[in-house]
Amino acid sequence: MSADFLISVIITIVGASTPILLAGLGELVTEKSGVLNLGVEGMMLVGAIAGFAAVDATGSPWLAVLVAAAAGAAVSMIFAVLTLSLRANQVATGLALTIFGTGLSTLAGHSYTGRPIKPFTTIFPDVLAAHPFGRVLFGYSPLVYFSFIMVALVAWFLNRTRPGLILRAVGENDHSAHSIGYSVIGVRYGAVAFGGAMAGIGGAAFPLVLTPLWAEGLTGGRGWIAIALVVFSGWRPTRLLAGAYFFGLLGTLELYAKASGTIFTAVLPSEGWAALPYLATVVVLAIISASKAGGGNAPACLGRPFTPTA
Amino acid sequence: MRLKFERRAEPSRLMLYASPVGAVLLTMLVGALVFSLIGYNGFGAVYQVFIAPLVTSYKWGDIAVKASPLILIGVGLAVGNRAAIWNIGAEGQYVVGGLAGVGIGLMTQKMTGAWILPSMLLAGIVGGAVWGAIPAALKNWFNVNETLSSLMMTYVAIHLMNHMVTGPWKDPTGFSYPQTPLVTPSQTLPILVPGTYVHLGVVITLVIALILWFLMSRSLFGFQVRVVGSAPSAARHGGFSQKATVWMVFLLSGGLAGLAGIFEVTGPFGQMSLGFPQNYGFTAIIVAFLGRLNPLGVIIAGIVLAVTYVGGDLAQSVLQLPNASKGIFQAMMLFFLLASDILIRYRVRLVSSAPAPAMAAPARSPAE
Amino acid sequence: MIKLNRRSFVAGAAAAASLPMLASRASAADPLKVGYIYVGPINDGGWNTAHEAGRQAMLKKFGDKVQSQYVENVPEGPDAERVLRDLYNQGNRLLYATSFGFMDSAVKVAQAFPDVKVEMCTGFKPSSNNNLSNYNIRFHQARSIFGTMAAMLSKTGVGAYLATYPVPEVVSGINSFTIAARKVNPNFKTKVIWINTWYDPAKEADAARALIDQGADVMTQHTDSPAAVQVCESKGVPTFGQGSDQSAFGPTMCKSSSLDLWGAFYTTRTQAVLDGTWKPEDTYWGMKEGALDIAEIKNVPDDVKAAALKIKQGWIDGTWDVYSGPIKAQDGTVKAAEGAALNDGDILGMNWLVEGVDGTLPS
Repeated sequence: MSADFLISVIITIVGASTPILLAGLGELVTEKSGVLNLGVEGMMLVGAIAGFAAVDATGSPWLAVLVAAAAGAAVSMIFAVLTLSLRANQVATGLALTIFGTGLSTLAGHSYTGRPIKPFTTIFPDVLAAHPFGRVLFGYSPLVYFSFIMVALVAWFLNRTRPGLILRAVGENDHSAHSIGYSVIGVRYGAVAFGGAMAGIGGAAFPLVLTPLWAEGLTGGRGWIAIALVVFSGWRPTRLLAGAYFFGLLGTLELYAKASGTIFTAVLPSEGWAALPYLATVVVLAIISASKAGGGNAPACLGRPFTPTA
Repeated sequence: MRLKFERRAEPSRLMLYASPVGAVLLTMLVGALVFSLIGYNGFGAVYQVFIAPLVTSYKWGDIAVKASPLILIGVGLAVGNRAAIWNIGAEGQYVVGGLAGVGIGLMTQKMTGAWILPSMLLAGIVGGAVWGAIPAALKNWFNVNETLSSLMMTYVAIHLMNHMVTGPWKDPTGFSYPQTPLVTPSQTLPILVPGTYVHLGVVITLVIALILWFLMSRSLFGFQVRVVGSAPSAARHGGFSQKATVWMVFLLSGGLAGLAGIFEVTGPFGQMSLGFPQNYGFTAIIVAFLGRLNPLGVIIAGIVLAVTYVGGDLAQSVLQLPNASKGIFQAMMLFFLLASDILIRYRVRLVSSAPAPAMAAPARSPAE
Repeated sequence: MIKLNRRSFVAGAAAAASLPMLASRASAADPLKVGYIYVGPINDGGWNTAHEAGRQAMLKKFGDKVQSQYVENVPEGPDAERVLRDLYNQGNRLLYATSFGFMDSAVKVAQAFPDVKVEMCTGFKPSSNNNLSNYNIRFHQARSIFGTMAAMLSKTGVGAYLATYPVPEVVSGINSFTIAARKVNPNFKTKVIWINTWYDPAKEADAARALIDQGADVMTQHTDSPAAVQVCESKGVPTFGQGSDQSAFGPTMCKSSSLDLWGAFYTTRTQAVLDGTWKPEDTYWGMKEGALDIAEIKNVPDDVKAAALKIKQGWIDGTWDVYSGPIKAQDGTVKAAEGAALNDGDILGMNWLVEGVDGTLPS
């Protein structure tokens, strides 16, 4: 195995991991505030088509990222109004959001099929990425660096800042947070909007980086992997980073193993590799739930509507 | 001015029944306007999606067949949701139920006999129940959140199915296409209405829904489920075991989802292929809510959803409305329903920003 | 698209309300109604787009003698039977089912309604009512042109083939590509990757990257999206599109694409129904009958283009057959001896790989 080959593999893994990392980070913050939004796949698709349309219209992938974030946040507001203001069931609303986002993106994308767009290019001067080792550091789209910055920012926000503390308090015990005077609903609106924006950007990574085209259901179910990822991470941003790369590695390694014709798939059939992220998530979930009373780092109020007592 | 929600002394019966109807009507109205605005024949679309299947008699059989799995899974989920137990993995239980039945089917390909079909159906129930038992066990033994674990197990089930139909259970005479052999006549549900494909499973579904309605409203089981769901501490004092309820709910809803899966295999599908997961398990969650978690309501809700599926295809062939519109109509309907839910427990008033004076006692709701 | 006005709404409603009567009213004077069902969206830029183009060509030819309806995005499951029955009940008496997964539904509908005629794409089962035909295109013909070009363009002698499932259509494409390539370069190897999905653009792109990283310097794909073509463009690897012209996704690297042309077939078979001469007969057309072509060959040296066009001409005038012997399978068994050739049945049921393919069939 040459260094060049390894570097190519790394670059492919980074590409596959970035969308789920971005969407997962958003969902992590949403869930930390006590809200389970199962509409990630729908929000990603809306972000993907919005991002595609923005590049198609303006030619600017930077603007497209903003548009995708805004679109993701906008559809997440349907979820927020229903579950937070109108106290509807979060599971049902999230599923409806996925159905809606899938339908909306397909309808909106009808005229965009069959057209390529110019993808994101790297931001560093070519000379830096010329050397193979330089490429590992400098050879990615801006979204990759953005995802790393966001991991650090989210970790810092949740663990080191006062608003982060409040957000966690709202997710852990909404009634005491309310009684101290924090706006539970307000905090959750913000967390859902952030989740929507990040899902939108994660979705936009498909047309902007991975496959510069629009096709129905472009994200291929990765919104569900992102939800698994949040659980797998035990609701910790740094572990989410590791988990995203672990999931990305699983999917990519299988393809490389197949392409090299090894007996990789004799150990476990290819569907087994595909199921592994979900199985691993269940195992991790069982371990963290069993090891600490109350479900480890899981927000105690996850999925429960908040009804202020008078 | 702002909106203020005031808790009703008792849930409003009127709103309980009026809101689903209102949600459907509002969807039709808003849908017609929105689709007109974006350049389609909006009113025609609404007619095709919601009305045409109902006034076209030959579509009734289609509606029954499409509604059957939604109702069967939906009633099981409704029971669970009553107990505040969230099984969102019915899709996986549906798939594994189908797989278990197909397993029996493959062993009995060369046999005939009246025992074959019932054993496949039984295997379907067991398969679904076993898959449902996994999140139940994880919840009872390790305190694992069942919403998340049941969702994860769905994807495991689908990959398991992909493996079986592309590998060991692939039809040897099928030119390597990823699908199992067709079921034999002894493995096929009888057709009840000649000329349609309304099968025995449709009737069994209705009977099960009615039994569950009776159990939920008239039996100790129903009482236990409702108490565990609405007042967990009261349930503990009353001697109702939370853990036993979790087991019961998952075995029941998993078993029914599994039965729905094997009904599809031995009924309209006739085999298992990569296209077998049809999202019935997820759509049934919507059906359960639309049906107000009441088995009778679930029957109606299942029919409404089935109408939109059948009508969505009609809107395509008659008006060239894009297929994606179906999903938009379904999502809109659910959004409106969920939005109106609050009217059951609360009344909404427009108040000035200043603190409102204490209200008079809320009017009694018509019944109860 | 249909604009809203009161007239169209009323027309739509009236059409639906009168549906049950249409079936009984149909008579010789009425236009023939022809229904199509598609497995994906009509604008997928591949398989379904090609069928829709064929339908349009057929409609253009017959004008008001024929009316047509279609339903897109029909999952390969029980919904297919419902949609086919529905099209029948709306008065369609000729049905084109355009994807393999509709086969069992199509057979059921043909057996339920003796007065319908069903054309089943890539199927192989008959109807007991004698009213169902199967049709297919010799897709492997275009693959042999690409195999020839690939071997001439490759420096490493390693080509890549991005495959979905080991069905005969895909297997015969791989074999045809490899045999043709090895006629140019006897040491040519084809690396195959089975991605086990018909459709997942991001996975297709990742698989293409994996194949290129493993040393393949020319690629072709049997997947539904142009994602792999885009990867080849960005990596500077020559590639070939499938189903429709995909050069928009690879302006310099997509050297040509196979084009499925269903129009001639749809016109012929619809004409037969209009004439009353339709009978069930399986159709397996290729370049000679105008059912398959390749898009303009771009950005290759003249000798490569000439070699490609020569093979195309060979298919048209019958002087070239990629499956003429000697043909050996991977394990060395002789599948066609010198002077013999594989027949249609061998090709339509192909479940083995030829010598030179690097990879195995998933069991």
